[in-house]
Amino acid sequence: MADTVSHTLSEDKAPEGPKFVFNWVGRIGLAVIVFWAIVAIAGPFLAPHPPGEIVDWDYFGPVTSEFWMGTDYLGRDIFSRIIMGARYTVGIALAAVTLACTIGVLLGMIAAVAGGWFDMILSRLLDAFNGIPSLLFGLVVVAAVGSSIPILIMTLTAIYMPGSYRFARALAVNINTMDFVTVARARGEATPYLILREIFPNILGPVLADLGLRFVFIVLVLSGLSFLGLGVQPPNADWGALVRENIEGLSLGAPAVVFPSIAIASLTISVNMFIDNLPTLIRDRSE
Amino acid sequence: MTRSFLPYILVAQRLGIAFVTLIIVSFAVFFATAMLPGDVAEILLGQAATPEAVAGLREAMGLDEPALSRFVHWLLGLAQGDMGTSYVNNIEVAELIGGRLLNSLRLAAVVTLVSVPVALTLGICAAMWRGSIFDRLVSLLTIFVVSVPEFMVATLAVLVFAVWLGWLPALSYGVELDSWSAMLRAYAMPVISLSLVVSAQMIRMSRAAVIETINTPYVEMALLKGASLSRMVLRHALPNALGPIANAVALSLSYLVGGVIIVETIFNYPGVAKLMVDAVSTRDLPLIQSCAMIFCVSYLSLITLADLIAILSNPRLR
Amino acid sequence: MSQTNHDTPLVSVRDLKIGAVTDAKRKVEIIKGVDFDIAPGEILALIGESGSGKTTIALSLMGHTRPGCSINGGRIRVGNNNVTAMTTRQRAAMRGTEVSYVPQSAAAAFNPSQRIMDQVIEISTIHNLMPKAEARAKAVELFRALALPNPDTIGDRYPHQVSGGQLQRLSAAMALIGDPRLVIFDEPTTALDVTTQIEVLRAFKSAMAAGGCAGVYVSHDLAVVAQIADRIVVLRGGEVQEVGTSEQILNAPQNAYTKELLAAFEPAGRTPQPVQASDRKKPILEVTNLHAGYGPIRNGAPVAKILKDVNFQLEPGRNLGVIGESGSGKSTLARAIAGILPPYRGSVLVDGRELKPDLASRSKEDLRRTQIVFQLADTALNPGHSIANIIGRPLTFYKGLRGKARDARVIELLDMVHLPANMRHRLPSELSGGQKQRVNLARALAAEPELILCDEITSALDTVVAAAILELLKELQSELGLSYMFISHDLSTVEAICDDVLVMHKGVVVEALPASKMSECATHPYSRLLISSIPKLDTGWLASLEQDPDLIAQFSDR
Repeated sequence: MADTVSHTLSEDKAPEGPKFVFNWVGRIGLAVIVFWAIVAIAGPFLAPHPPGEIVDWDYFGPVTSEFWMGTDYLGRDIFSRIIMGARYTVGIALAAVTLACTIGVLLGMIAAVAGGWFDMILSRLLDAFNGIPSLLFGLVVVAAVGSSIPILIMTLTAIYMPGSYRFARALAVNINTMDFVTVARARGEATPYLILREIFPNILGPVLADLGLRFVFIVLVLSGLSFLGLGVQPPNADWGALVRENIEGLSLGAPAVVFPSIAIASLTISVNMFIDNLPTLIRDRSE
Repeated sequence: MTRSFLPYILVAQRLGIAFVTLIIVSFAVFFATAMLPGDVAEILLGQAATPEAVAGLREAMGLDEPALSRFVHWLLGLAQGDMGTSYVNNIEVAELIGGRLLNSLRLAAVVTLVSVPVALTLGICAAMWRGSIFDRLVSLLTIFVVSVPEFMVATLAVLVFAVWLGWLPALSYGVELDSWSAMLRAYAMPVISLSLVVSAQMIRMSRAAVIETINTPYVEMALLKGASLSRMVLRHALPNALGPIANAVALSLSYLVGGVIIVETIFNYPGVAKLMVDAVSTRDLPLIQSCAMIFCVSYLSLITLADLIAILSNPRLR
Repeated sequence: MSQTNHDTPLVSVRDLKIGAVTDAKRKVEIIKGVDFDIAPGEILALIGESGSGKTTIALSLMGHTRPGCSINGGRIRVGNNNVTAMTTRQRAAMRGTEVSYVPQSAAAAFNPSQRIMDQVIEISTIHNLMPKAEARAKAVELFRALALPNPDTIGDRYPHQVSGGQLQRLSAAMALIGDPRLVIFDEPTTALDVTTQIEVLRAFKSAMAAGGCAGVYVSHDLAVVAQIADRIVVLRGGEVQEVGTSEQILNAPQNAYTKELLAAFEPAGRTPQPVQASDRKKPILEVTNLHAGYGPIRNGAPVAKILKDVNFQLEPGRNLGVIGESGSGKSTLARAIAGILPPYRGSVLVDGRELKPDLASRSKEDLRRTQIVFQLADTALNPGHSIANIIGRPLTFYKGLRGKARDARVIELLDMVHLPANMRHRLPSELSGGQKQRVNLARALAAEPELILCDEITSALDTVVAAAILELLKELQSELGLSYMFISHDLSTVEAICDDVLVMHKGVVVEALPASKMSECATHPYSRLLISSIPKLDTGWLASLEQDPDLIAQFSDR
């Protein structure tokens, strides 16, 4: 039977394994994301001025060598405030997206494997939740219970969990019909094994890509809430709140409005750039 | 025979789901506003909140009743057009909302009229010349617009059109809507900002929908019959993409709901969204509830409409 | 354009090179310098396994390459058209009038939102060949020539309203409407059932003969090609292996690879195992009165009933084949026995022990003794697990093996299916189709079963690879004393490995036959129709085949 061995090995050629190649757009995106992550962690050590203190006699000051991004409506250093703002924007959004995706993906996989009543009721309920516009939901909750960071995180989690559930469930339903899951089921495996070992590794790529996109939405809604004065409360400020504080300077074209906006845009656009340029192997399945 | 009935069954099913969703949404809105805060009576009375006064007011407002019965009362009231009375100035909520709703609807209508033709043309052309400079430019712009917050699009529009170009007033505080030119000026900035937000979504979605049909074997077949690019796209891809495109339009318009809240606030536009944001700062609960329901209903109708179009445009169900 | 001289070939391809860009952005050459000619009126077959480049070459004759591919060198001439030097506009003008195309899946190649007639006459509309009424009349004539039912009205329907076999013939009408000089058939019968395939092949053959045009017939199936082609080009890895007349390729192949292909087409038969009546008392598998179906249960039976009253016995050491066309319920039978789709009536006995209908109530031991192997190794192996994990899991699950003991056993199992030990560290995506199917088998063997249910396990493989898998199955059987239930639509495969065969049609077993003498013993009209429909490696087979038209009308789903 030796000829059979040589046969399968030489003539029936194996395809090459997947290669993970990022192009330069994706790399730039990743670099900016890493940059903001470092800023968020090391914020206090990087800020040249105390972010809460009035350091300039002028308000809406221009860009100078001392105040790299000008000063705000009270004369505080915008550069230092943006660095501190990164903590709120990145931190809150990251906490919310992690919570939302963990809960959503777990429930989604369970619903896909369990099926039946559990799946139907949960799906209907969470679909109904999707029928509430996200910014409006935030508005109503904040109006009701006031704004604090834990409340913001929970609200944003509640807004984005149903979408994550729906996404993960759709992927898991697909995987669940695949023969390797059927084989495992026919072997007699229990549900937790099916979910964690057979299904989860195969939806991880798309789920991570989805997590990135959801992170962008959360940053946008958080900034929107803060812009309306319902997000992070003074004297602290995330990037959205910085824009709100200094909106009066808009007609003057003050840097105090421009730079926080640029900060938000740089983060969200680079996440999008990164996700859009992920290796097709991961992304294809997410579309 | 069964095939011809199937679409109607699916439509009825989808409408039923929308109705159930509406009930759940109204439940969420009511309980988020009415259950979570401290005591409404205490908030209303403020400094004058003696225990007796609070108790009296609670009884007068029916706050002693169980929550569920208050919810049912509220919902039945809404269904009959009774939105309650504002806590802050004791005016009927319906009266407060009336004119404002018209303003918001007018804004939405103008934005729709502007963005749909522009966005569809751009989206379809980008799909047709996929990979060209034009397509890349459009993709880049739309990625930019969808990944920045609505307020930033609005502030950028102000910077460009008001500060740098000086064509339009920066912020239209207290503009009287009495003459045509004043109307135009008051509308211009909100319409531009909102149209940008909505169009970006629409371009992305319609482009994706057309590309998906272009990649089908029957469009390749048309190519192998000797069809030109325009024939492939206009005769073979587009008719099959109409359903997904209409679906994309309806879904994109649902972004109006979020965008309008920001845009009305920035430009001080006298619409429902501005009314609601103001109500939030004064904690005027009946007003918040009614405005929220208006937004939820319009959002829900748009996404339901999108689903219905998707169901009805499936050629296999015809 | 002037007519080409009859001495010069209609098509000439010289040193054709086509490159492709892989997902990892690497450039590879998929067609490596191919030459061939086609004479006017001649039908040339391009034969090869997956990855041989046969479809790529065929499409390049129209100046078309799939996204990511490009013609990098060589010359293609069709009639007076120098295809490789033409502009996009000139190529478009040639398509449909000079060269036309019959796709692999007509169901996908018809626009779902347009009526069939509009699509069939579209070539004449695009190239302004004739007035619409004339084109319609011509289309109806072609429909009649292609033996389509209701030729006058079938064009008014939408694509989803006609059957797959009819669509395939309609797509031929679509290709012939512009009177092309060359028609390209891209595996046009691969997706069809055998009984349908005959009608479609006949229709193609007569229409091509009537039109007098040349053809390129792309296929992996030598027997099909033998019926329709004058000459055959054998391709492999983007290179021509052998060119010759159909007779010569079938009867006197020169090239080693061609010989291998031919040998794989008819695998060596099996000497029937005698029924061991004396030493074993119980059949390994006994199925009585089995009913199964899908959908919600109403009145104790599911809404969609698939299997109806299936009965059979399988003696230990013997193999049972199950044949039938798509929709015959043969895969459902395997799923019902394995408990994946619990039967709602009837019983399944393994070695005399009655099994519970559903998986959850079967014991681990019962589950271990019967293993199921699926058709597509791509979807049957978890792409996220290493080979060691895939084969090792049943060892841990059924026998509690871990660590070194488990690893040693995995290596043993890999050796049993003739794979090297170091393959256990790889992922399924790094293996070829044949290797994956071996791993798929090794996983079933890991449970040390007595019965393996094989669901079309060779159908997705190239013939040469499939033949090697069949060899392996026989070898494993003699070593381990297994029994197989072997489900397939391919008679020669079943013949090669089975002792007994069940013929299934619409969920019912119509006949049980001995595998070695199927065609002689078949008495049921459907089994006779099915067996006679399998193409043979003989150029005269289709022409001499006589089938009762009433029988075809009764059983074949067209």
